[in-house]
Amino acid sequence: MRTPAWAALGAVVLVASVVLAVTIGPAALGPGDVWRSVTTHLGVGDLLGVTPPDRLPDAMVWQLRLPRVLTAAAVGAGLAVCGVVMQSLTRNPLADPYLLGLSSGASLGAACVLVLGATVLLPVAAFVGATAALVATLALAAASGRGGLAPARTVLAGLAVGQLAAAATSFVIFWSAKGDQYREILSWLMGSVAGATWTSVAIAGGAVLVLGTALACTGSLLDAFTFGDTAASALGVPVQRVRWTLLVGVALLTGALVSQSGSVGFVGLILPHAVRLLVGARHRALLPLSALAGASFLVWADTLARTVFEPRELPVGIVTAAIGAPVFAALLWKGRARA
Amino acid sequence: MTDLAPSRRTAARRASDQVSQDPARSGRASLATSDRLQDEAPLGVDARRVRWTVDGRLVLDDVDATAPPGAVSGLLGPNGAGKSTLLRLVAGVQRPDGGRVHLVGGPVPEPGQGLGQEQGEPHVRTEDLLAMPRRRRARLLALVEQDAATDLPLTVLDAVLLGRTPHRGLLAGDSDDDRAVAAAALERAGAADLAGRLVGTLSGGERQRVHLARALAQEPRVLLLDEPTNHLDVAAQLATMSLVRSLAAQGVTVLAALHDLTLAAQACDHVVVLAPGTDGGRVVAAGPVEEVLVPEVLDPVYGVRTTVLRHPSTGRPVLTFEPA
Ligand SMILES: Nc1ncnc2c1ncn2[C@@H]1O[C@H](COP(=O)(O)OP(=O)(O)OP(=O)(O)O)[C@@H](O)[C@H]1O
Ligand SMILES: [Mg+2]
Repeated sequence: MRTPAWAALGAVVLVASVVLAVTIGPAALGPGDVWRSVTTHLGVGDLLGVTPPDRLPDAMVWQLRLPRVLTAAAVGAGLAVCGVVMQSLTRNPLADPYLLGLSSGASLGAACVLVLGATVLLPVAAFVGATAALVATLALAAASGRGGLAPARTVLAGLAVGQLAAAATSFVIFWSAKGDQYREILSWLMGSVAGATWTSVAIAGGAVLVLGTALACTGSLLDAFTFGDTAASALGVPVQRVRWTLLVGVALLTGALVSQSGSVGFVGLILPHAVRLLVGARHRALLPLSALAGASFLVWADTLARTVFEPRELPVGIVTAAIGAPVFAALLWKGRARA
Repeated sequence: MTDLAPSRRTAARRASDQVSQDPARSGRASLATSDRLQDEAPLGVDARRVRWTVDGRLVLDDVDATAPPGAVSGLLGPNGAGKSTLLRLVAGVQRPDGGRVHLVGGPVPEPGQGLGQEQGEPHVRTEDLLAMPRRRRARLLALVEQDAATDLPLTVLDAVLLGRTPHRGLLAGDSDDDRAVAAAALERAGAADLAGRLVGTLSGGERQRVHLARALAQEPRVLLLDEPTNHLDVAAQLATMSLVRSLAAQGVTVLAALHDLTLAAQACDHVVVLAPGTDGGRVVAAGPVEEVLVPEVLDPVYGVRTTVLRHPSTGRPVLTFEPA
């Protein structure tokens, strides 16, 4: 199958997933309710001759489920794109968007404001934490080597910064968290879009539309890195400039996503891997298709998270890990023959 | 993978038909690899007093090396002499700490004679490679590294298409023309039957041919090869060298780091011998094969005893070695 066909399929699956996911839950809703709500709120209901929705289903769709589902979709798409870019830049198929200490930094920021009770600041704190961790990682990597930024060294620096931030997070929790704060922090650490509002949609969706789209356009540049920096440079690609620009883009996007969802693992790792098996390693196809697949994947993972143990909710990160780990093992097993 | 010169147009066309499956476009294949290379006069490479240090250690010390236009030049020397480093410097992948690298559009001036530009000699067109925008440089020079691998599930055709990168917009995808050039390059490198394979599954020699094809798809005027034959069986070695010769006959300047001195003696017009020193690699000899590949030069550099024989039919030197 060719790329446009896959893209069309991916888009159809995503739209269907969003609509279906909104209808699933304790109160019975149908696709018709979703349609009525969405068209009315977009102001095209009259135009299309749609009867206005009832108040209760409308509130369910528009206030509760749709923002959550759309946030999940945006986070999934963004993480998948970040994963592809990181894997290409570090030439490491196991790289993920959190590799440079981003999620640990974000977690530290989040844990701090949660124990201080300043929950409203959470997104900001998470974003600041992620960015600080990235700066620390890149500074450490640059300081530890001569000229340029070697992928291996950058990854190791990210590991060191991540471990430090994780230790600090544990310390903050251990020292000052009381009562329900444990649960709150843990749920954030595991990743969750339960509290998503239209503001979350705007932040995560906006970041994906701006940064994610920009990153998704860099396929040809990323392709040139396939055989390493020397080969890329010999193909006329400004290696250092491209790497830094894209790393900063990934960091900002990841920071924005993490601030809305906590750190949801495995999406940036397995989705690109799976899509690569379908369409190959060329990035012009891989980037947009991974975004579509990541969006649908996280929509369904979140739907599972809120329905399997109803009325209790799981953090969606547990679901992605529970699905991701075995799938990843299977992919490695299957890839054995190919690699 | 023999000299395909007479049939290359048909080969390119056939390959492009397979790829684009659109006969109406096959006329564009006349642009493919080999034909475009002849557009202009061959370009030579002239490196002067090139120095490169790493971690405070001098790797190349005032190296003068030339690759005459349209000739096959061999870069010889023991392990660690700095051959790969010099190729990377010429390709613009690394910056020298001193010295100059020029592209020369005419006869290369003798060392010490100075560069045409400064002497105001109008008949020698030179261009500073180090100051050239990198994309333009990548359209003129291609580098095949000693070993380049990937863990990604990339097909051979896609790998070869990477060679088109400097010829298209930074964000653009493959055009039909790109695919035609890539298919023709694969054909010329004797790797057409590998097109659908994954690069990670290839043997060392197969991978080497694919990298050569990638460089050909770049349609360079100067081809820099780092040990292009080191994984190849004898037949493939000969095929590669014959391809290199046919490229040179079309005006592509080739500079190849080689270890097999007899192969160099057979295939090269010009050789440069680098020797590692305590304070950096230096050029110990450069010139025509007959003058440079002699015991007086080789014995001290490699620490062996060289005997030069004559090939009974070609008359080219055949070198044998004993411990010193
Ligand atoms: N990035 C680097 N860092 C440290 N040392 C380097 C670097 N690049 C090259 N060198 C050193 O410079 C010297 C020349 O290396 P180079 O790879 O150019 O040799 P070569 O002639 O190609 O050898 P071979 O025949 O083994 O391929 C070697 O001693 C090598 O260790
Ligand atoms: Mg070498």
